[in-house]
Amino acid sequence: MHELSVCQALLDEVAKIATTHDARTVERINVEVGRLSGVEPELLARAFEIARLGTCAAQAELAITLCDIMVRCSDCGTASPAQPNRLLCAACGGYRTRVVAGDELRLRAVELEVPEAAGAAPIH
Amino acid sequence: MCDTCGCTITTGNAHLAAVDRPAPPGVTVEVLKDLLAANDRVAQHNREHFDEHGVLAINLMSSPGAGKTTLLEATILALRDRYRIAVIEGDLETDRDAARIRAQGVPAVQITTGTACHLDAHLVHQALHDLPLAGLDLLFIENVGNLVCPASFDLGQHRNVVLLCTTEGDDKPAKYPVMFRAADLVVLSKADLLGVLEDFDPARAEAALRALGRETPVIRTAARRSPVLAAWLEWLEQQLGAPRAIAQPRPLQATAAV
Repeated sequence: MHELSVCQALLDEVAKIATTHDARTVERINVEVGRLSGVEPELLARAFEIARLGTCAAQAELAITLCDIMVRCSDCGTASPAQPNRLLCAACGGYRTRVVAGDELRLRAVELEVPEAAGAAPIH
Repeated sequence: MCDTCGCTITTGNAHLAAVDRPAPPGVTVEVLKDLLAANDRVAQHNREHFDEHGVLAINLMSSPGAGKTTLLEATILALRDRYRIAVIEGDLETDRDAARIRAQGVPAVQITTGTACHLDAHLVHQALHDLPLAGLDLLFIENVGNLVCPASFDLGQHRNVVLLCTTEGDDKPAKYPVMFRAADLVVLSKADLLGVLEDFDPARAEAALRALGRETPVIRTAARRSPVLAAWLEWLEQQLGAPRAIAQPRPLQATAAV
C-alpha cells in the first residue's frame, strides 16, 4: 500500500518531461502496471487523485494498462500465462520459470498540451 | 485510516478509478521508463557505497512481530567477535529496536518513517550519513514490518531475507507473492514453536514458495531460549564470501534468480 509513493515518483518524472517540452498542461499519463508489480491499479488511481493536486498534472487523466503475467520455463522453454501466486510452467508444470511479462511498473507515455504544437505528431 | 498510501479505496468506491477515454489532441511523449527509476538510482548509489567499503548489505523483511530484531540480537551475539556489524532499523515510530541493537554493542541508526509503510533508498541514504561504513563487514537493514510495500523498493542491498514466522499461516507465500519472490532466503522463524503449532506445516510453506517459480532456500531459526542458528549463520558466512554486485530490476528480484 505504497501507491502514493509510486504516484509521487511518477509525477516527479512527468513534471520533468512537461518542463522539457514547455508544456502548458499535462492531459494524460499512460502507465503500465503488471499484475505481479506489487502495485494495485485501483489504489494507484485513487492515490493519483490526491498526489496530482497542485502539480502540472492537476487536471491530467491517469490511464492504467494492466499487464498479464507470462512465464518462460527454463526446463522446456515454453512461454505460458500464469497467476501471481502460481508461476509454474503450464506445459510441464516445472517451477524453474522466469517472469517475462507482468512485473512491469512503467511510465509509457505522457500527453501534453504545448502552446505551439496542437495536433502535432507523436515525438519519440 | 492511513493518509499515505491510498488504502481507503474499497470495492465500493473503486469506480472512481481512471477509465480509458479517447486521447485529447496535443503532443504525446513516449517515455517507457520505470516508475521507480529515481529510487533505483539512489539505491544503486547506496550499493556503490557498500561495495566501496566492502560491506555486505542485507535487507530483512517480514510481517510485524515475526522476530526480525530478536534474530538480529542473537546473530550479533554469535558473530560480533568475528565480524563488524551495524544495523539500520526502520519503524513507523520509536527508536526501541535501535536501542536493543546498541545494547548488543554494535552501532544502529533508527529511521522513523511516520506513516510510511516501507523504507526507500532515499531514507537509507540519509541513514548512511549517520553510519560510518569504514571498517564494517555486515550491514543489516531491518525494514518496516510489512509483507507488501517493502517488496517494491530497492534499497541498495545485496540480499533480501524474508522471515516467515511459524505463528503465521504457512500459506503466506501464496498470499504475498511479490514479497516472497523477492527473497534470496526464506527463514522460518520461531521454529522452536513448530512442535506446538499444529497448523503450520513447513512442507506446505515450501510448496507455496516453489509455486512462485523459486528455488529459494528455506531454513529454520529460533532466537530465544534454545537458539537454532546454525543454518542462518552458515548462509550469512557464505554470502560474506560471495561476489556481491547485483543489478536490481523492478520489482525487487531475488539475486539468485532461477
